[in-house]
Amino acid sequence: MNKATKMKFITGLVITGIVLIMTIWGIIKTPYDPCEMNASAKYAGMSIKHLFGCDQFGRDIFSRVLVGVRETMFISACVVLIGVFFGTIFGTVTGYYGGWLDEILMRLNDAVLAFPSILLALVVIGLFGGGKYQLIAALGIAFVPSFARIVRGEVLKIRNLDYINAVKLYGASDARIIVVHILPNLKTVLLSSIVIGFNNAVLAEAGMSYLGMGVAPPDPALGRMLSEAQAFIFTTPRIALFPGLVIVLMILGFSLLGDTVGK
Amino acid sequence: MKYVIKKVTTMIITLFFVSVLVFFSFSLIPGNPAISKLGTEATPERIAALEHEMGLDRPLLERFGNWILGVVRGDFGTSYSYSQSVTGLLAEKIGTTLLLSVMAIIICVIIAIPLGIFMARKSDSKLDIILSGANQLIMAVPSFFSGILITLIFGIVFRLFTPGLFVSYHTNFFKCIGYLFFPAFSIALPKISMVSKLLKDNVLKESEKEYVRTAYSRGNATKTVFYKHVLGNALIPVITFLGMTFADIIAGSIIVEQVFSIPGLGRILLTSISGRDYPVIEAIILLLAFFVVLSNLIVDLLYHKFDPRIHV
Repeated sequence: MNKATKMKFITGLVITGIVLIMTIWGIIKTPYDPCEMNASAKYAGMSIKHLFGCDQFGRDIFSRVLVGVRETMFISACVVLIGVFFGTIFGTVTGYYGGWLDEILMRLNDAVLAFPSILLALVVIGLFGGGKYQLIAALGIAFVPSFARIVRGEVLKIRNLDYINAVKLYGASDARIIVVHILPNLKTVLLSSIVIGFNNAVLAEAGMSYLGMGVAPPDPALGRMLSEAQAFIFTTPRIALFPGLVIVLMILGFSLLGDTVGK
Repeated sequence: MKYVIKKVTTMIITLFFVSVLVFFSFSLIPGNPAISKLGTEATPERIAALEHEMGLDRPLLERFGNWILGVVRGDFGTSYSYSQSVTGLLAEKIGTTLLLSVMAIIICVIIAIPLGIFMARKSDSKLDIILSGANQLIMAVPSFFSGILITLIFGIVFRLFTPGLFVSYHTNFFKCIGYLFFPAFSIALPKISMVSKLLKDNVLKESEKEYVRTAYSRGNATKTVFYKHVLGNALIPVITFLGMTFADIIAGSIIVEQVFSIPGLGRILLTSISGRDYPVIEAIILLLAFFVVLSNLIVDLLYHKFDPRIHV
């Protein structure tokens, strides 16, 4: 690891640390109820009482951002989990066995991969309606192919290594070879692709909630806070700035880590 | 020529698969469009009449056949909520979205390629470090947030355009381009960072190869080696990346259209999703699929032209 990479890694770690602290803060307790309206605090500026000020309904923006971060992290984690789980299954089975199943699944994979995840998620939401869990399902499906392709490539490489042939000669079953000898070797590849996947999931979630297809109102979501605040951009741009900056922070942290993890 | 035919056939097959998937998934979801159009109070006779009119009473395969025959002729059926032909509804919006996407990709290429070359030639200087840092940051800014920032800076502070006052390209082409420049720029921004970074890395990687050393040893000037030998090879992966990004840019334009209130495909896709207007959704997905597949095809062909060894 050279000096520049090290710097990037540490910066990424610090930023992700801040995001994690915000997530935990959002889980435990926020300073104010994120949905509570306070007519006397409408458009209140930044102060000790309201760190980021208040929005058009007098809701505390800092509390709303904390809950928004929590929701985004929860949704992204679920999405990546779905992607990794099914991606690993499809990837190992097709990579290990090959043949016509591999052909069909990989054609399908390519077709799905050609579509940006947001577009795919919009289609799924068009089918099943919007909402938090629908969004998780929609983005989860959109994330499976990229993981499947990465795992498949790695399995193809490992499958032909000498030690696998050696275990085969000992009479190990396919299941044992996959579980004991192949899966543990996917760790490094999976780790960096999980971090990159997280980065993409945060971006997709924020985009979808910006379009109004995510967490239902009045619960806060970072993307929707942005789109609602756009009406006040002429007068109080601060309302839009904070949720936007937090989204940038999250993506920046994960992308720095994703660039450097495993190097 | 054989290569082109093969590629075009694959493209048509892929599109056919997409249309099958799209049609059947939207036909199998529960809920009767005729009832949702008339309301739950409607009499069974009226529902039956409307179902007949909408063609819902015929078998699924026959409906699919009719639909796909229509699609080939450019007829995507009738919108549920606008009672208007989908083709007529979408015609102008396709132009707007395509114009926006193409502008974004042109802006990206115009800025990113010189920037990448510059960064590679000044590699490891202070300026390069600053630019690389800025690149890393810009990549993390989603286009809808940069769009809001651009609205704030150029629309409200500098008053270079009026946010929300979109002019159709039928009314005034140059005003339309002037308005679309800012959204196109916000779509292009993260792509500029990615492309310039990719180009820089490729140039540095190519420069270490043996053919470059040979070119130098034959007495070529640095500039000649760079522009004649290194750059051409370093651009090949960039072209692939640009092709893949085109799909991303189209998806990005769906979001950015919302930020700048541009009446394009994204706008109508979102209203159709919330209004469950399936014929419109199907048509838009198929159109977007067509653009994506077409851009992939163009990239494959360009690739083949640049480097005839490649048979993707």
